[in-house]
Amino acid sequence: MPPALPSAARASNPGATLIDALLSASAAGIIELLSPYPPGWGGTLLLGLLHSIEIAVGATVLGLLIGTGGAFGKLYGGPVVRDLLAVYTTVVRAVPELVLILLLYYAGTDLINQALTAMGYQRVDISGLAAGIAVLGFVQGAYSTEVIRGAILAIPQGQIEAARAYGMSPGLMLRRITLPAMLPFAIPGLANLWLIATKDTALLAVVGFYELALATRQAAGVTKAYFTFFFAAGVLYLILSLVSNLLIGRVEAWSRRGMPSLKDAR
Amino acid sequence: MAGEATLINAAARTSLWLQPHRIMLILVAVALVLGAAFFMRWDWLPQYYEMGLLGIWRSLWILAVTCFLGFLLAVPLGLAQAAGPFWFAAPAKTFCTVIRGTPLLIQLWLLYYGLGSLFPQYPWIRESWMWPYLRQAWPYGVLALTLSFAGYEGEVMRGAFAGVPKGQLEAARAFGMSRWKIFRRIWLPQAIYRALPTLTGETVLQLKSTPLVATISVIDIFAVSSKVRQDTYLTYEPLLLLALIYMTITGILVFAFSKIEARIPNKIG
Amino acid sequence: MKTVLKTFAAALLLGAAAMGVAKADPVKIGVAAEPYPPFTSPDASGKWVGWEIEFIDAVCAEEKLDCVITPVAWDGIIPALTTKKIDVIASSMSITAEREKTIDFSDKYYNTPTAIIGPKDQKFGATPDDLKGKVLGVQVSTTHSAYAKKHFGPTAAEIKEYQTQDEANNDLAAGRLDAVQADSIALDAFLKSDQGKACCDLKGMVAPDDEVLGPGVGAGVRKEDTELKEKINAGIKAIRANGKYDEISKKYFDFDIYGGGGAQSN
Repeated sequence: MPPALPSAARASNPGATLIDALLSASAAGIIELLSPYPPGWGGTLLLGLLHSIEIAVGATVLGLLIGTGGAFGKLYGGPVVRDLLAVYTTVVRAVPELVLILLLYYAGTDLINQALTAMGYQRVDISGLAAGIAVLGFVQGAYSTEVIRGAILAIPQGQIEAARAYGMSPGLMLRRITLPAMLPFAIPGLANLWLIATKDTALLAVVGFYELALATRQAAGVTKAYFTFFFAAGVLYLILSLVSNLLIGRVEAWSRRGMPSLKDAR
Repeated sequence: MAGEATLINAAARTSLWLQPHRIMLILVAVALVLGAAFFMRWDWLPQYYEMGLLGIWRSLWILAVTCFLGFLLAVPLGLAQAAGPFWFAAPAKTFCTVIRGTPLLIQLWLLYYGLGSLFPQYPWIRESWMWPYLRQAWPYGVLALTLSFAGYEGEVMRGAFAGVPKGQLEAARAFGMSRWKIFRRIWLPQAIYRALPTLTGETVLQLKSTPLVATISVIDIFAVSSKVRQDTYLTYEPLLLLALIYMTITGILVFAFSKIEARIPNKIG
Repeated sequence: MKTVLKTFAAALLLGAAAMGVAKADPVKIGVAAEPYPPFTSPDASGKWVGWEIEFIDAVCAEEKLDCVITPVAWDGIIPALTTKKIDVIASSMSITAEREKTIDFSDKYYNTPTAIIGPKDQKFGATPDDLKGKVLGVQVSTTHSAYAKKHFGPTAAEIKEYQTQDEANNDLAAGRLDAVQADSIALDAFLKSDQGKACCDLKGMVAPDDEVLGPGVGAGVRKEDTELKEKINAGIKAIRANGKYDEISKKYFDFDIYGGGGAQSN
């Protein structure tokens, strides 16, 4: 039997009470904990927020690309393409994001590397950021597909017929007519997807991915000030949402320029 | 005769659905499933079978309870925003904004790790009848998911209450109904009818949120699959089966809701 | 046609991977993303600190390996190793027969007894009878969870598994658990923290079971990476011999954490 529990030489600062330890209730304590410079953890949280935003932007852009392709595939593709896309959007929308993230996170990089080695190329290292963007982008793509498909269907048929009558090539028509005309119909749905993307980045914490939620968890775990840090993270996410809402309002107004206002339409 | 007609009808629909390329796709899918069944490891299934069923039961139970409670909470939230005076509307709107503007994961952790770790320092809480519940994890999960559902559905209910045509309420008033009666007989049922189509989507979204409770040590079906992964070091098999389970539950939910919706008269408003 | 398709697919894959390509050379040392003081935990500036970090840095320096600390979720640390997201696990992972079916281990580099802690106001020991009707917390997929299930499973009211040791400790402090079983050093660091000092104390060391608890902590490597494993073994031997190991240990502990030679002391 060992003599007693071996003691660690690292001393902890004495005199702190239980309440201080749990709550760090004093305002000074909270400010110190959240200060952006070490030993405060504010900088860590902000860095996490930056990573979250990076992933959300990347995932939304990737989702838009997949979504545009997917929408055109669903509308104008052959029967096999249409069925495959239907499987894609159905599966992604029926399975929890957390499960998809785990599956894609492990399977995605593994498959890419196996495919590369099978074709005789060197295997590559996929950074966490790229993996996170790819995984969330894949999920976002399914939702974007539906939003953009709906928006394209909402374009008055006459506009497309007029473009055809002018003899526009499909590419030109896409660039000049379909995309700009679809935008006002798609923006509310896409804006909603952006908000979902910012919140879904938190799920990446579960695969050990460094973003705001994981940064918060680490800070809370080390300092034991769970309430303070989760509250602070909540405030950061909320600010991100509110600022996004503000910008979205502007973009929406811009995309509807020259169209009859919604109030008049009613 | 009628039976024969439906049979022919069904056969026609089947043949329309079963085009050659679909048959190919189905064959590919069957091949994939068979491949997964034969080439992947499933020998852990018997050992975790019971635990898995219990996990599914827990997930469904959490889903049902939080949707029900969340909807009850969403009605006053929507009403306050649609018709309440400022001091009711403002807090309700703030609540919905905060819930919708922050990740559920953070809300859950704030409640469980943040709030939950504050309780034990108060002896009266430790001695009260609530303590046996407060020291478990599931009440926090149920609370967080209920609030989340209420936040999203409250916004829907706001629109639903506001969307009930004014004429109906005026007519009810002209009949001399009391305010409570108008609410109970006219306004609320009409608003719920209007909100019903969104309920399918919201319930599926709620189902997809339930695995988050696994991060606060509630053993739902997601936690069971994590356990299998950790015990067997298999990565894909438990996750694939888990995805299949969620897809099945979603399918059943969507089917059940479509049946319910079909029974509700849609000529309203 | 086939070659065209193949090249196209490869180009797509490369494109997808290109944004995440890192230099292939450094050895990625995987540590659990969740804090595990005093072995591995992030500080406020995001730097990883602790005994194990310094230890593995010393091994890498000794063997002239270019090592980078890569945090991954403990939950998926073995899949991360097998899918080559990391090259070495240095995260206080005990060597067990079960794990050796999947990965290889270096020689052990520390070994400490297993302890049980509980609330101050309750008196009990560390035998199955003592834990009758109690809720015991352990970290998931550790030797401790295997031990708890085997020895305390029949008597304890419930064995709760946590993703991180930190969460188990926190739930003990929050009164949600009656006892926690873990490595004695990790628990000692917790008992010395403000939170631990206020709530809990040591209940005792558990009875030995080498079959479950294993010979100690080793660095995990992929089965095919025998060269890397040999290098790490040589590095451990070298820093044990030249005093570097003791030098690092003295900064954290006032006793020898390497543990007895073959037979365990408990």
